[in-house]
Amino acid sequence: MTDTASKAASKASVGTDRPGRAGAPVALPGPAPRSWRARLLRGATPWLFMAAALALLVTFTYAPVANMIAYSFTDWDGVSPELAYTGVENYGDIFTRPELFQVFFVSLYYLAASVVQIAAALYFATILSFNTRFRNFFKGVLFFPYLINGVAIGFVFLYFFQDGGTLDSVLALFGVDTDRAWLGTSTSANTSLAGVSVWRFMGLNFVLFLGAIQSIPSELYEASELDGANRWQQFRHIIAPGIRPIITLSAILAISGSLSAFEVPYIMTGGATGTETFVIQTVKLAFQFNKMGLASAAAVVLLLIILAVTWVQRRLVPDDKVDLV
Amino acid sequence: MTTARNGFATARNRFATARSHRTTRRFAGARSGITGVLLAAALLAAGCTGSGASSKGEEAKAPDDPKKVSGTIKVLTHRTDLVQDGTIKKYAAEFNKTYPNVKVEFEALTDYEGEVKIRMNTDNYGDVLMIPAVIKKSDYPKFFASLGGQAERSKKYRFTDFTTVGGKVYGQSPNGGTPGFVYNKAVWEEAGITDWPTTPDEFIADLKAIKSETDAIPYYTNFKDMWPLTQWTSANGSASCDVQANNKLAESDPWADGSDLRVIDTLLYDIVHERLIEKDPTTTNWEGSKPKLAKGEIATMWLGSWAIAQMRAAAEEAGTDPDDVGFMPFPAQKDGAFCPVMSPDYNQAVSIHSEHKEAARAWIDWFTDKSGYADDNLALSPVKGAPMPDVLKPYEDAGVKFIELDQTNAAQVAEIDNASEVGIYKPDYRQELVDLARGARKGSLEDYFADLSKRWTDAAKTAGS
Repeated sequence: MTDTASKAASKASVGTDRPGRAGAPVALPGPAPRSWRARLLRGATPWLFMAAALALLVTFTYAPVANMIAYSFTDWDGVSPELAYTGVENYGDIFTRPELFQVFFVSLYYLAASVVQIAAALYFATILSFNTRFRNFFKGVLFFPYLINGVAIGFVFLYFFQDGGTLDSVLALFGVDTDRAWLGTSTSANTSLAGVSVWRFMGLNFVLFLGAIQSIPSELYEASELDGANRWQQFRHIIAPGIRPIITLSAILAISGSLSAFEVPYIMTGGATGTETFVIQTVKLAFQFNKMGLASAAAVVLLLIILAVTWVQRRLVPDDKVDLV
Repeated sequence: MTTARNGFATARNRFATARSHRTTRRFAGARSGITGVLLAAALLAAGCTGSGASSKGEEAKAPDDPKKVSGTIKVLTHRTDLVQDGTIKKYAAEFNKTYPNVKVEFEALTDYEGEVKIRMNTDNYGDVLMIPAVIKKSDYPKFFASLGGQAERSKKYRFTDFTTVGGKVYGQSPNGGTPGFVYNKAVWEEAGITDWPTTPDEFIADLKAIKSETDAIPYYTNFKDMWPLTQWTSANGSASCDVQANNKLAESDPWADGSDLRVIDTLLYDIVHERLIEKDPTTTNWEGSKPKLAKGEIATMWLGSWAIAQMRAAAEEAGTDPDDVGFMPFPAQKDGAFCPVMSPDYNQAVSIHSEHKEAARAWIDWFTDKSGYADDNLALSPVKGAPMPDVLKPYEDAGVKFIELDQTNAAQVAEIDNASEVGIYKPDYRQELVDLARGARKGSLEDYFADLSKRWTDAAKTAGS
């Protein structure tokens, strides 16, 4: 009897076995602690499976964020072994200095660029979802930039925009002699940088859209073709409503991305000539002026702004269930 | 960028020495107030801020008998190039002739500042290290063992002022340098200029002559790489020939009429405004600028004596005459003499957590006095009375008077600098100045200076309290 009980318990401990659960009451005559342990083990099993992932997530995501929030209430300078608790002083500082928020104007460039980016990605995804020649090749070409490291992209495009660099040479091939410093003025520099970010992130949007489009049942296309729908009508009435959640997601990512643009402008201009974004400004506060506390507070504020924007967006465009059929 | 750091880091370094006192409370007390249980657990998991509990004020004494010191010491260095080409091992071998029982290991860090700064939150940052610029001067006793009293050390060594806290010296630079213009002699001569300009106006006139007479770019800003712009601040003191120039930053408005920084920044503004610079400053390239100067495509760059060796090397690589690389001081004179500022490179210090402080101290002493490191780098020796390096021979001939700036208010200056977010040793404000001068930013120079002054003086009022 005890033997069966322990067997049942060990079965239960695997935790995936339905009969094991039924077997648990059988274990009643056996020693009570054992069944208690079995239940505990069973409860713990899913957590054990997740332990590695959770440990990494907590160590590298939540702990640093918690740390950052804690620092935002101090005057820590980034190295000193001592720091003082200053309450909400840093937050007060941020909200009484309007110039800290002026940099968000730069985000408008990136926001405008992301509209272009989403439109282009949608266009390409639609075209390549039909039977286009070389479509796998084009898929690769479009997705490729997203795989490149942002820092590398920064360097590549520095040469691209250089005086007499790639862009100028290519334009010269077409007989256009612009002779302009692409990163020379604030407007030109921001437009160029936003262009780089379109080049970089369009691949991601494209793949998201393509995946969503391909999950639309093919009968719908067939049916619409029988009804005499053209490509535009197919897009308008089948594809667009079919991938609406993904478009919403892309819009959210685009907004949070443009508010927190960093890598490309930081590598290419370092924030010079009016290209400073909020994150670059935060990095400078933290590492140039050693105001780690203030910079942490700025980072928290950015997080809250992004959460707020996302919330507003979700309220304005509710995520309706897609029902094509 | 790396190569630049391999040379002197004077600007950064002067900044390093300028840190200040602040009333601080121990973190342990503050923590419970600000975080919940979960947060505290997370903090513990991340284990962030260093302990700070150490034997404060300890001294690393010089050993009496070189044969008796033993132990393995680790030296953190920014000279990745010396470690890679094995030069540093030769120094160690030479050192071992005097100190046979000390084993010296090196660790070269490409991003020296960034990495060491983070490591200094722990106890493990080598036995000997270069003091990172970010460390506040008042924190030196918490991180480093002292090398002795200033009164005594300053008799023998230069630059002791830069690392002195409470009468004790915490670091010693193995070499020093002086800021100045690196220029291509052939180009300047081609433009018909034989004498160094003695005023900013003369300097501008000379650059104009270069522009009209030669094909060279008269002045190269290195705008995109940023740090070359920060070097301009190290001319502070040369414009007025005043050893109190650094102290005055804390006491008065640095951009008031006739003050050093205003003279310096106005010169840079004029150079840019008169279009005496490269066509597109936003895509400049430091590594590429070296051979260009050597070949005479660039006439002038404001850098420092540390750059001479690199420019000569670039000339040899490009197949041009290394002797074409010249060096001249800031165009300002007092009583008929130029007065370039002399300042230290990174200061070497002994970690307070080192288990072999005597051995570490022995290394610093030997490296400063006997290694020949300063000579090898064509740099100024930190030992008083040592002869000038050959590259500065023209300075001797011209009868320049080297000055060392008094560092009494250094900590306060750094505090005001950070509080005001002006960043006189940071690139941002000069990048804005250049943008203003070339019309990429709206506004007048006067307004720009007025804004800097206001931010600086406002911060000065509250700093140090």
